[in-house]
Amino acid sequence: MTTVYEGKRRGLSRRDVLRRGGKVGIGAMLVISGSAVISPQFAWGLETSGLAPEAVATLIQMARDIYPHDHIEDRFYAIAVKSYDERAGKEAAFKEMIEAGVADLDRRAGAGGYRGLGWEDERVDILRQVETTSFFQTVRGGLVTGLYNQKELWPLFGYEGESYSKGGYINRGFDDIEWL
Amino acid sequence: MAAPYDLNDDGVVVIIGSGAGGGTLGNELAQKGVDVVILEAGARIEYEDFINDEWESFGQLAWGDKRTTSGDWRVARDFPNLPAWIVKAVGGTTTHWAGASLRFQEHEFRTLSHYGKVDGANLLDWPLTLAELEPYYAKAEDKMGVTRTNGIAGLPGNNNFKVLKAGADKLGYKECHTGNMAINSDFRDDRMACQQTGFCFQGCKWGAKWSTLYTEIPKGEATGKLEVRPQSMALKIEHDASGKVTGVLYADKDGNRHLQKARLVCVACNSIESPRLLLNSASAMFPDGLANSSGQVGRNYMRHTTGSVYAVFDKPVHMYRGTTMAGIIRDEARHDPSRGFVGGYELETLSLGLPFMAAFLDPGGWGRSFTSALDNYASMAGLWIVGEDMPQEQNRITLHAEMKDEHGLPIPDVHFDDHPNDAAMRNHAYAQGRALYEAVGAIRTFPTPPYPSTHNLGTNRMSEKASDGVVNKHGQTHDIKNLFVSDGSQFTTGGAENPTLTIVSLAIRQADYIAQEMATGAI
Ligand SMILES: Cc1cc2nc3c(=O)[nH]c(=O)nc-3n(C[C@H](O)[C@H](O)[C@H](O)COP(=O)(O)OP(=O)(O)OC[C@H]3O[C@@H](n4cnc5c(N)ncnc54)[C@H](O)[C@@H]3O)c2cc1C
Ligand code: SF4
Repeated sequence: MTTVYEGKRRGLSRRDVLRRGGKVGIGAMLVISGSAVISPQFAWGLETSGLAPEAVATLIQMARDIYPHDHIEDRFYAIAVKSYDERAGKEAAFKEMIEAGVADLDRRAGAGGYRGLGWEDERVDILRQVETTSFFQTVRGGLVTGLYNQKELWPLFGYEGESYSKGGYINRGFDDIEWL
Repeated sequence: MAAPYDLNDDGVVVIIGSGAGGGTLGNELAQKGVDVVILEAGARIEYEDFINDEWESFGQLAWGDKRTTSGDWRVARDFPNLPAWIVKAVGGTTTHWAGASLRFQEHEFRTLSHYGKVDGANLLDWPLTLAELEPYYAKAEDKMGVTRTNGIAGLPGNNNFKVLKAGADKLGYKECHTGNMAINSDFRDDRMACQQTGFCFQGCKWGAKWSTLYTEIPKGEATGKLEVRPQSMALKIEHDASGKVTGVLYADKDGNRHLQKARLVCVACNSIESPRLLLNSASAMFPDGLANSSGQVGRNYMRHTTGSVYAVFDKPVHMYRGTTMAGIIRDEARHDPSRGFVGGYELETLSLGLPFMAAFLDPGGWGRSFTSALDNYASMAGLWIVGEDMPQEQNRITLHAEMKDEHGLPIPDVHFDDHPNDAAMRNHAYAQGRALYEAVGAIRTFPTPPYPSTHNLGTNRMSEKASDGVVNKHGQTHDIKNLFVSDGSQFTTGGAENPTLTIVSLAIRQADYIAQEMATGAI
């Protein structure tokens, strides 16, 4: 995925971002700069095209709230929602549904919007309210493959993937369990 | 060399489908000198080209043509257009299958007499006994190289099996081992031994697991009596004024239609497409579809009572390493109504990779309860429940009223409601699976709902009487002498066992019968 770019040096600082005219979200780890969503902490950015970067940032947060894995960086969630941004650029009806869905989340959250809610539980409460909408189901359904089918993410769950080229597991621990 | 037959050659036996049933039957007939054409809807993909990646492999091999679902089963809600997980390729679902190869128990051929009437169930005795099928089971086990038969050693136990075995011992189960698997534990039949790759469901790239793709089919082709025509989708079976079938209309990969003439036609498309083809072949003479005077074509759809139990431990398991299903407990397979249901079930090891686990652990599930399970993926063990489900008349394949496929033919709808017996059995098995893993220290367990059906059975069932079913004890349709059914849709009832060994045994037996009837000129 080429659209998620790594920053030139690790740890693009909050000040660097502000200097580039970015807005730092309240308590959030993602910032918006021009048409990009940037993670200063982990030094990557996502250039948006079909959706406003704010909407994409909300989708990234929503993706994490749906499938929260504390050991998985936002970058993987960003890659997972990137396809929604692309599809929104091509399909007006889809774009409309996503934008309306995001606006609805913000409206339900009140003043600071969805990303402004500090606790996951507060955001999840809102997601439970919209769980049966096609917006929620589309976002969640797409994540099942959009997130979990990223090969780079598998080792972080201890899944080793393809094994034929390594000769299977016959000499690589198929029966190495020791604690039983 | 593979023999190409002429479209107008009306001396050939045409088999539709090249999976467990069709691929085996084709080879058996070719070995006897019968001329055979197999029409196969899918492409020919050799085992070197299989992919060790769950979704990519699914895209490469699985049957993706649109189907619809109805009924109270959860699959209809979670996977409304994917009722079944089966394959469209030369070799059929024997490319994806796991290799568990079990014989039916004696009483499972006569459930109506043995269990008695069960409300809402359409139970019937098979017109066949275990004793009659035993010699064919023996041939099938030898052909497929089933472990723990014919002096073939069992497979070594992987991590997932070791957890299962430890739990089985704690619960006092007596019959637990690494299974009767159609997977080479040693070099045999020109195929190498299992390398514990762990991608049995994605097609075995070593050829260690039996599949008609690289056993039956090339062996049949080597006789010069078998032609396999890939990317040839059968659309309609034609018949003459006397009611005998005369050929099969099919579409090639470009959608062009051809008519292959035939002396005899055998339908082996798996239990959704087989009845669909018979129904789509309706004519003025047979307005309800071919071989359907009983009205049973498409009915009594069975899928086994299934479900999985996954469990997480505080230490690593790496269940995905090694043979996917080489582990079984057979103690619950008996018929023992004191458990609150008739029939029995097997418990077998099962593992999914991370991508499929995310899709199938709790379809639609989200939030921390779901994701914390996946966080422990490396410390997970898993088993699959496979038990006898009740045939029910309203569980059936029908033709969709509006939706059509690319050839303009109605797509199939798959209707399934759980019978109370199925639900009671599943709940019992969930509790046993959970107890088993807790006995060895599981921290959490997950009763996982059934996946899209991998075992599809019963929709052209065998019966003694023509009014009760579609085919006789040889798979020959009651209505049309030169029309046969050669796949799992023949099953009168499903048994607790994975079905393929029985499908293959029936195909070998059917080949004997067809060759004999052709020789005497009866058909
Ligand atoms: C993941 C998985 C694991 C499994 N594990 C086991 C196991 O361990 N043990 C076991 O016993 N069983 C197992 N099974 C089930 C087993 O694969 C099936 O029972 C068996 O393959 C069914 O054989 P069949 O001949 O009825 O159909 P199939 O093997 O499915 O063959 C049917 C063929 O017909 C073709 N076809 C369909 N319609 C048409 C048409 N109109 N024209 C031309 N061709 C057509 C299809 O493309 C297909 O190739 C498993 C299945 C899956 C999916
Ligand atoms: S585990 Fe064995 S049978 Fe399964 S795919 Fe690997 S080599 Fe083949």
